[in-house]
Amino acid sequence: MSKSWEEINARIASGEAVVLTAEEFGALAADEGIKTAARKVDVVTTGTFGPMCSSGVVLNFGHSDPPIRMAKITLNDVEAYGGLAAVDTYLGVTQPSSVRGIEYGGAHVIEDLLRGRAVRLRASSPGTDCYPRTEIDTWVRLADLNQAYFFNPRNAYQNYAVAVNSTDRALHTYMGTLLPRLGNATYSSAGALSPLLNDPLYRTIGIGSRVFVAGAPGFVAWQGTQHNPDQPRDEHGVPVASAGTLAVIADLKQASAEYFAAATFTGYGTSAFVGVGVPIPVLDEDLAATLALGDADLQATVIDYGVPRRSRPSVGRVTYAQLRSGWIEIEGKKVQTGPISSLPKARAIAAELKRWVAEERFTLTPPIQRLPQPGEASIHTLEIRTEEAV
Amino acid sequence: MPRKRFDLTFPPRQATKAITYHLVKDFDLVPNILRAAIQPGQEGRMLLELTGRKEDFEAGIAFLEAEGITVSPAASDIRLDEETCVLCGLCTAVCKPHALELAFEEGVLHFDKDKCVYCEACVIACPRRAITLSF
Ligand code: SF4
Ligand code: SF4
Repeated sequence: MSKSWEEINARIASGEAVVLTAEEFGALAADEGIKTAARKVDVVTTGTFGPMCSSGVVLNFGHSDPPIRMAKITLNDVEAYGGLAAVDTYLGVTQPSSVRGIEYGGAHVIEDLLRGRAVRLRASSPGTDCYPRTEIDTWVRLADLNQAYFFNPRNAYQNYAVAVNSTDRALHTYMGTLLPRLGNATYSSAGALSPLLNDPLYRTIGIGSRVFVAGAPGFVAWQGTQHNPDQPRDEHGVPVASAGTLAVIADLKQASAEYFAAATFTGYGTSAFVGVGVPIPVLDEDLAATLALGDADLQATVIDYGVPRRSRPSVGRVTYAQLRSGWIEIEGKKVQTGPISSLPKARAIAAELKRWVAEERFTLTPPIQRLPQPGEASIHTLEIRTEEAV
Repeated sequence: MPRKRFDLTFPPRQATKAITYHLVKDFDLVPNILRAAIQPGQEGRMLLELTGRKEDFEAGIAFLEAEGITVSPAASDIRLDEETCVLCGLCTAVCKPHALELAFEEGVLHFDKDKCVYCEACVIACPRRAITLSF
């Protein structure tokens, strides 16, 4: 059995497509077998809602009179990049406020914009003949901006580590508070719903794929930063450590605060929960087999964050079903687990995307270019060296 | 044995007096200080859990009141702002007494007041700052 992109898109366009979320598809395949599920279902939707630090927005403010070439820019006291054209900027989610520190950062500005709130824009410039103004202090809303779009360099990590801490003191990390002496374990993947775990070899997800980003329709723009297809994989070809990533682009004006939430990790910094969902066409039984995998089949590697090095030691491997049970066993010890990525939100995203495809006839785009496959990418480390040593 | 929680307000002078010592020694009550905000020279607050016999409670509280301390049933509570919460579950990872549980199927964060020891770990851990401790 195999279906083409064209057949599936024709069924979506006519409103006949059978669309299930990845969890529903897993249940159907368990009941009726992968063959039947592959035949019956056209599209499977995925979703994830976790902190994704490499996210941010491109904004264009329009020109004031007299105009300014903004060189130093802040939004609600959060610095935005001043190295683009006159009134363009990039605001990253992790940028802290100069007044409130990590309790209010770039992510919070974006959430405020999404909620329709006015944001204070201040900028300065040395002044030029063509842009004479040297200072501006005003208020802007999302609706006032010309363009506002997410450009997130790294989203939707294909799997992630489970974090524990073997030291004698609590650690404050981007994986949350890790209690001493293996006091807890935190994990951050949507498991069975996670986009790239459902298409582990990037057959259908590639550059140009239409995706859901924070409630807005968007696209995969490029491979995400640190995309690493060469991580170890299980017998289904699914990575057991953080592997592939996506760079995505989407209109901020169509996004919703329902699927984007600013976050502050105490002792670490600001970040943002970003909702990402990808619809996957059920092209054949091979793809159906990975779409059907559930939390009991998917594994993650447990990493000791107590070792402050680039390569932290692995202390075991567990399934997402074990993590969801609330307990895992590490080195003979029962360890309490807690998620960082919201499963209820991931479900809501997969369900919303299902509605888009089934009811709003959101058709799918085959990759214009594939993401780097295993063996096609290389991950470099940063060496500390002098110019002469290069 | 019954266990109850009380919210104590100390007048400025009394703040440092070792009342828990008397509760144990004179009234057979087992005190457990869940939260305290006491500074010399200022009005203090304490969330106190007492375990003991019913009649000892009454005597113990009468003693506290005679000391000038205002005693009221604990109103202290964890407040969860459901509008802000994204149901990530990170708070459950740091709650050792398992007072917080995220029910994945229902998509609800449950808080069991009886298990909470008011340690504030969840308040600090919540990336949405959705949990506050009122007291
Ligand atoms: S205050 Fe402590 S015990 Fe109470 S819910 Fe929060 S983490 Fe759990
Ligand atoms: S950590 Fe905060 S946002 Fe996450 S589930 Fe708990 S209360 Fe909700």
